[in-house]
Amino acid sequence: MPEENGGSVANVLEARGITKAFGGLLAVNAVDFDIPERAIVSLIGPNGAGKTTFFNMVSGLYTPTRGRFVLTGRDITKMKPHQRAQMGLGRTFQNIRLFGTMSAVDNVLAGMHVRLKGSILGAVLKMPGVRREEKEAREKAHALLDFVGLRGRETFAKNLPYGDQRRLEIARALASDPKLLLLDEPTAGMNPQETARLTELIGRLRQERGLSVLLIEHEMRVVMSISDRVTVLDHGEKISEGTPTEVRQDERVIEAYLGTARTG
Amino acid sequence: MSAANATGRGASPLKRFGLPALLIALALLFPFLDDGLGLGLMFPVIVIAVYVMLALGLNIVIGFAGLLDLGFVAFYALGAYVVGWFASGHFNQVSISFLSTARSISGGSPAGIHISFWILLIVAGAFTALCGIIIGAPTLRLRGDYLAIVTLGFGEIIPRFFQNGDNLGGFNLTNGTIGIKSIDSPGISILPDSLSTWQRFGTLDLNPWYYTILLLVLITVYVNIRLRDSRLGRAWVSVREDETAAAAMGINPVTTKLWAYALGAMFGGVAGAFYGAFIKSIFPTSFSFNISILVLCMVILGGMGNIYGVILGAIALQGINFYLLPQINDWVHAIGESLGSPLLAGADIPKYNFFIFGIILVLMMLLRPEGIIPNRQRQEELHDDSDAGGDALGGTVRA
Repeated sequence: MPEENGGSVANVLEARGITKAFGGLLAVNAVDFDIPERAIVSLIGPNGAGKTTFFNMVSGLYTPTRGRFVLTGRDITKMKPHQRAQMGLGRTFQNIRLFGTMSAVDNVLAGMHVRLKGSILGAVLKMPGVRREEKEAREKAHALLDFVGLRGRETFAKNLPYGDQRRLEIARALASDPKLLLLDEPTAGMNPQETARLTELIGRLRQERGLSVLLIEHEMRVVMSISDRVTVLDHGEKISEGTPTEVRQDERVIEAYLGTARTG
Repeated sequence: MSAANATGRGASPLKRFGLPALLIALALLFPFLDDGLGLGLMFPVIVIAVYVMLALGLNIVIGFAGLLDLGFVAFYALGAYVVGWFASGHFNQVSISFLSTARSISGGSPAGIHISFWILLIVAGAFTALCGIIIGAPTLRLRGDYLAIVTLGFGEIIPRFFQNGDNLGGFNLTNGTIGIKSIDSPGISILPDSLSTWQRFGTLDLNPWYYTILLLVLITVYVNIRLRDSRLGRAWVSVREDETAAAAMGINPVTTKLWAYALGAMFGGVAGAFYGAFIKSIFPTSFSFNISILVLCMVILGGMGNIYGVILGAIALQGINFYLLPQINDWVHAIGESLGSPLLAGADIPKYNFFIFGIILVLMMLLRPEGIIPNRQRQEELHDDSDAGGDALGGTVRA
């Protein structure tokens, strides 16, 4: 690996021997996977390769049949999705899952839920601590919306334009102060300009906020331009791993994507 | 709540505070109005207020958290029985009194447990909230229809339990179908003798009862508003909208729903405690399945999630029950007599109240499913036709 010098960089996420069987079908088979700190790592592969299954196991929607996940040094394999989020895992969804009838700001505030402490009694009695916290949370939410470049703040999330909904989902995920952000096809359905703007945003996540990002993406231009490392899955197995350049030249990857016949 | 927030902040101070102030003033003056005009509506109005409180409690569960609860009457019953147990001569094996208005005729301490009504209100609230948690913890993992069925069963079990609880291994807990009678009156004994009606609430002067339930309703409304706009209120909406996404944001769906259930149960229990003391005798049959459905109708008719709507729904349905149907009955009888029709003259219109509610509910669902005064979010959810395709197009066009 030309990249880092061995173990000097800590890993945010370590996956070891992750296997998921749906009945007799091995959707993901014995995959090892690391995400170093402040890295953008992409997971690619043809349709049905097991990317989303792997992703859902990281965020806790599925439990792996075998294997374990370690997030910032703690084993999270048995944790529920909300516990993982509290541990510092944020995610977006392939088919946008915003809280449609909440405003953009409230969506971000809902994402901030675990970082706020206001008790029920405090809210009912309008205690000054809770009011201050709410005010600060609101300011922070607006700052996050500025960061992702969203203007419509008080409209219902479902009435926002498509591209803005994608950005809002990222802002909402950022609200819980994650260490690792999982983005599931963030540019799906976007036009080239929107895609370019979103790619730039993902880059800024690392530079300005020090996040690690795990990206599932079909748009190869996006993957190749911002990833530090790319992992390729096919039929549930890891067939290649390395820098974008390395992966692009790997014969097994070309084979998986284009088939065996190589015209020279 | 976002919508409520937005409108709340945007609205003029007159609209924001003026209308509630006017309504509260009207409610405070109502007993004088009733007395002055000789309406004789104090009794029904107090019962309506109890139902307003029940509907506001159920609104937390259904309106805010989106959990269909078909057994809300269980908490109402539990609250009433708390007052029955601890403020009557029911447990006559013992004789315990604490700040109670109960006096025995002989002058000694009366048999049974007699604890101050005010303490019991809190006890009933805490007890039913606890019951809500105990019932909710295993069942709230269920979604949608399954939860509705479990709560339906729970709402049926509790009255059955009270009906058959007169011999639990030889111990008479609930006195069966005979129920618990002569429940103590609430009272504030430290008041001077000039306010004797407040020292011990009587059956002739209903004003103390009225102002007590009015205070309880106002507290319920206030807590409802504060909860709606709180961190928990946001969590409720998010879990209602998309449980998976909410969990991915770190919101624990089960505890979030559990809070809704417990808080809703608490208001149901306090309303039940007040009702038990007001009505003075409680029977298992007073807490039938019909009440769960009636309260549910109030919430849906008024507008799920909208506090004013729910209050209006409760007043409208119980108003029909107590006032309009007997009125119509009288008219029908009068018409029947003048026409010489024994069918009309002997008709019993109030008997058909649930038939009429059913028609109202069906009409509402067809014409205005979001309720009379809708919650803006709920309205959006129900009128979802402008969704999907248009938005995606809008996105690309705009960019």
